Amino acid sequence: MDFFTELLNNPGITRAMWPATVETLQMVLIATVFTIVIGLPLGILLHNTGKGGLLPVRWLNVVLSGIIVNITRSIPFAILMVALIPLAKAITGESLGPVAASVSLTIGTVPFFARLVETALRDVSSGKVDAALVMGSTKMQVIRKVLVPEAMPGLIAALTTTVVTLIGYSAMAGLVGGGGLGRLAYNYGFQRYDMGIMLVTMVIILIMVQIVQIAGDIVARKIDHR
Amino acid sequence: MITISDLRKVYRQGNNDVVALDGVSLEVPTGKIHGIVGHSGAGKSTLVRCLTLLDQPTSGTVAVNGKELTNVSDDELRNARRRIGMVFQHANLFDSRTTEQNIAYPLELVGTPKKDVAKKVSELLELVGLTQFAKGYPSQLSGGQRQRVGIARALATDPDVLLCDEPTSALDPQTTDEILELVKELRNRLNITVLIITHEMHVVKQACDSVSLLEAGKIVEHGDIEAVITNPSGRLAATLLPLPGDAPQVEGAGPVVDLLYTGDQATEPVISGIARKFNTDVNVLAGSVEHLGDQQFAHLRVQFAPDADLGAIVEYLKSAGIAVTVKEAK
Repeated sequence: MDFFTELLNNPGITRAMWPATVETLQMVLIATVFTIVIGLPLGILLHNTGKGGLLPVRWLNVVLSGIIVNITRSIPFAILMVALIPLAKAITGESLGPVAASVSLTIGTVPFFARLVETALRDVSSGKVDAALVMGSTKMQVIRKVLVPEAMPGLIAALTTTVVTLIGYSAMAGLVGGGGLGRLAYNYGFQRYDMGIMLVTMVIILIMVQIVQIAGDIVARKIDHR
Repeated sequence: MITISDLRKVYRQGNNDVVALDGVSLEVPTGKIHGIVGHSGAGKSTLVRCLTLLDQPTSGTVAVNGKELTNVSDDELRNARRRIGMVFQHANLFDSRTTEQNIAYPLELVGTPKKDVAKKVSELLELVGLTQFAKGYPSQLSGGQRQRVGIARALATDPDVLLCDEPTSALDPQTTDEILELVKELRNRLNITVLIITHEMHVVKQACDSVSLLEAGKIVEHGDIEAVITNPSGRLAATLLPLPGDAPQVEGAGPVVDLLYTGDQATEPVISGIARKFNTDVNVLAGSVEHLGDQQFAHLRVQFAPDADLGAIVEYLKSAGIAVTVKEAK
């Protein structure tokens, strides 16, 4: 039997690979949605409470930036995951599985995404914000109609990077009970030393990352009129 | 009409107070184009930011048609800002919006019905001559076209005042003249008050009815173009109507005199008049004669014969309404 027929007869691949892939996609998708929902407003708040923002509030900026974002970002993700298991259980009712893992994935990537959002917004020239204000915009209108649309190419790039990071994190989440491709690779590839499964897992993840990156680049280019 | 009274702005920089604006007062009547000139650091940018309340002035007031912008609530300020249309040095268009969407922006803010927006936008596009670029994005436009879009956007709310902050400083000379022509034409059509802040004397000569010189946060010279240009002791006269760069200094025999005159006198044969009346030789060393607005202005440096009766000649020139400065021999 050659290498490929062996792969096709490997139950680890024929039976376990598809559900694991679905679990990984599930984790990444849930975490992406919540990362945007929480991270985008947080990033906007970070930018606008900072110096030169629309609403500079020093203490709030220090709290958001220093405490929440920097502290969360400085804890290694593998450790953060384990530490957040009780929280995941409190929110989802389970401590294992892809849905539970999405909680810690989200909390792990929100600060990362928020920082990228802040950077993208900072790239919008202050002249455009001034112009919007001089024309009589409210602060909310400046954010919705100027800051976010003008930063959109940067925001899409930030989202692409975040989703790629999430795919990486999801493999780590697999090791501590999240399931998905991470667990598959660990159980078969590491513990049984099944090279075939290891290889197929890597190819699948590689394809996922490529699709996300290419799609992100296409969208970013399409909406970039600068 | 825009009225600025005793505007002061003091910045705190470390332990020092920096006075950026030191009591600026100014009134521009409706339908006039006024230029504020000054070198960088004179306080031009601060003035612009205080006029639009992007920065809160330390004291003093700004009013458009008698309505104050300073000391009002946020809501009132937003409405008041719509009475001022602003044009920026780099246009500051929104790159994510097409030309027509950019012009529509100020109308969108107050929920203008789509039909009215479309009508107003097409009117404005026609006014600035960019109808064929309606669907284009700012990145596809040239600098001058972007500035035209900026002007159209500034006019979308039918403001009473058009405030232009270095509107042509990023443009080449020909485009500069086109934009200034457009501003003048708009003033004539809409009877709008225009305030142009610039460091380019050319802009003042080309477009302004009156001018102020801003220096170290103060207006040090102020008046109609005609008045400042014929005031030999003023600093604006020399910069608005300079003698050619290599104008000969006082040398040789005979008194040297600088003459500044305008309008009627400029068309009269002043020089030959002197020569005949005083029976002396007059030598023109340097001179520039320019048409500003609909007036003619002349700045001449002339030398008389050594035996000429300088006192009498000066008396004669002054009685003809000509500003005379006798240059001392070094």
